[in-house]
Amino acid sequence: MKEDQAVAYWRENIGLIIRYLIIWFVASYGCGILFVDALNKIHFFGFKMGFWFAQQGSIFIFLALLVMYARSMNKLDRKYDVHE
Amino acid sequence: MNLDVLTYLFVGLSFALYIGIAIWARAGSTQEFYVAGGGVHPAANGMATAADWMSAASFISLAGIVSFAGYDASGYLMGWTGGYVMLAMLLAPYLRKFGKFTVPDFIGDRYYSNTARTIAVVCVIFISFTYIAGQMRGTGIVFSRFLHVDIDTGVLIGMVIVFFYAVMGGMKGITYTQVAQYCILIFAYTVPAVFLVMQVTGHILPQTGLGATIQESVNPVWAGKPVLFVLDEIVQDLGFHEYTTGTRSTIDMFFITAALMAGTAGLPHVIVRFFTVPKVRDARASAGWALMFIAILYLTVPAVGAVGQLNLINTINGQQGEGTPYPQMPQWFKNWEQSGLIAWNDRNGDGRVQYASGDAFLGGKPVLTDKYGDLGQRLTANPMIDTEASPGFDPALQPYANEVFVDRDILVLANPEIANLPDWVIALVAAGAVAAALSTAAGLLLVISTAISHDLLKKTLLPEINEKQELVAARMASVAAICIAGYFGLNPPGYVAATVALAFGLAAATFFPAIFMGIFVKRMNREGAIAGMLVGLISTMAYIVYFKFMGGAKEDLFMGISPEGFGTLGMLMNFMVAFIVSSATAEPPEDIQALVDDIRIPRGAGAAQNH
Repeated sequence: MKEDQAVAYWRENIGLIIRYLIIWFVASYGCGILFVDALNKIHFFGFKMGFWFAQQGSIFIFLALLVMYARSMNKLDRKYDVHE
Repeated sequence: MNLDVLTYLFVGLSFALYIGIAIWARAGSTQEFYVAGGGVHPAANGMATAADWMSAASFISLAGIVSFAGYDASGYLMGWTGGYVMLAMLLAPYLRKFGKFTVPDFIGDRYYSNTARTIAVVCVIFISFTYIAGQMRGTGIVFSRFLHVDIDTGVLIGMVIVFFYAVMGGMKGITYTQVAQYCILIFAYTVPAVFLVMQVTGHILPQTGLGATIQESVNPVWAGKPVLFVLDEIVQDLGFHEYTTGTRSTIDMFFITAALMAGTAGLPHVIVRFFTVPKVRDARASAGWALMFIAILYLTVPAVGAVGQLNLINTINGQQGEGTPYPQMPQWFKNWEQSGLIAWNDRNGDGRVQYASGDAFLGGKPVLTDKYGDLGQRLTANPMIDTEASPGFDPALQPYANEVFVDRDILVLANPEIANLPDWVIALVAAGAVAAALSTAAGLLLVISTAISHDLLKKTLLPEINEKQELVAARMASVAAICIAGYFGLNPPGYVAATVALAFGLAAATFFPAIFMGIFVKRMNREGAIAGMLVGLISTMAYIVYFKFMGGAKEDLFMGISPEGFGTLGMLMNFMVAFIVSSATAEPPEDIQALVDDIRIPRGAGAAQNH
């Protein structure tokens, strides 16, 4: 593998990670902690939204993130021909 | 069949299964012993990781903490799951590509230093032993409650079982045993939860039943209203803080959650699981599987906590909220009174049991005696809590004083009894709790023995030993570790709960930054990493020991950050010191920079290597 290829692969990888981690941060620290009081004013299905994010919603989002991350990384590996 | 016979049967059968698997999966090489030959399917590995991860604390205590702390406990739920996102994206795939056996291996090689390796070994051993003491104790508690042996005998039985499959099978035996243990523990956790939530809300899935409405049969006053809104209302009427909002400051919540997350990602016994899969892509997939299996339990926990609290208040205070006459209390209340985890103090002398905010006993915990009162309640030796000078509660905030002590840990164990479930469910819960404790204990033991035989002996002190001798050393180290763990189980330090803060704080402040920088910062060198780890280790240790064990005052907390959250600050200091020191010292040698380039590319992972 050429060096510039490796650099490009790594840069795209970092870009992916940052994008996913922003969602991860907003779901847990954002909705569950920092903005919890504001979100608690919204009610749905017997939940206060902020509380739901803190105790269940963030976990659903974590799961979705891991599935999407594994998929995009497999795609990226193939694109740069570094897959196993 | 009565409950005792059923419990012996269920626990006995599960033990037979574990031992059977251990014999089938005996380890023949160090590679099999340390990383199961690196050939475990990602889904199986995810399941084993989940069992490894979900300890006696997750199984027995977590729902109880959520139930009594409400929103304040959210940090545990988010932290212990969100850590897997960090692990999957920032650490696991690269460590798998690196392809050695242990966390100290990575630290020692990446930072080309046996000093760094030794610091890592010390941290591994420290973190793992604090963690394991709680597991052995958890096993003991379950044995004593359900099998009527004393706690010490329970601990010894647990030691023998773990000894059998951890020492014989190594990682291979442990992995497949953990798959079985996961199935048992998740079944044991969800079955009573489904019944419990169904009785209260008529909703079949506990994961979504948290938002459902209450049925009329529970309490006509609450009928048709959502669980959480009713809970908010009634706990405030009893003088507690609202269930769905917090009492901690935002910054404290933030730091606690971050410390638990980074700690989760940095715990050696979790990381090492990702060395067992064949490929880098499997390591990513495996983290997803692991989180899915963990989420099944963690999404159930908030429902068990909220509905459990609702049931508790409803049962004790009655439908009119005036308290229940003691003779009419259900049998489970009296059963747990016998083991001292529930106690009643009839402070207003009306013969009714009442539950509200505040301590029921002077000093918090009941001091049990063998005497019984007129109504058959167990008496305690605590001094009078209500005196002329201090009546003990504020009538403006709550209708009566709290008369009940409830140990948080009983919520999950008592659930089947509270929900009137058949005896086999209670037996199943016992087997599940033991499975949760043993699976975690085994994973930790392996990490400890590996740290000693591989990192300390083979890589540092006696590099000339061959593979066979190393395997013998690993098994001997396991035996020693089991004995030490058993000692802690028999003579538990009085601060098992507090040690959790220590284990996660240290993992967050030492391993997470060191591994993260090892992968993502090519310029990070030996000097920076060592200085960072030492700063993280010492500051976190000092803060937690001072505030948890030496009685540091709450007012002195730095920016109001609880000891549980200090790991985050330790981590930030680790990063800062590491960057400053490394920029002032020479960059790492060529071959190390090539190594970093290599672990960033998935292709060519191969099996985990000894050298």
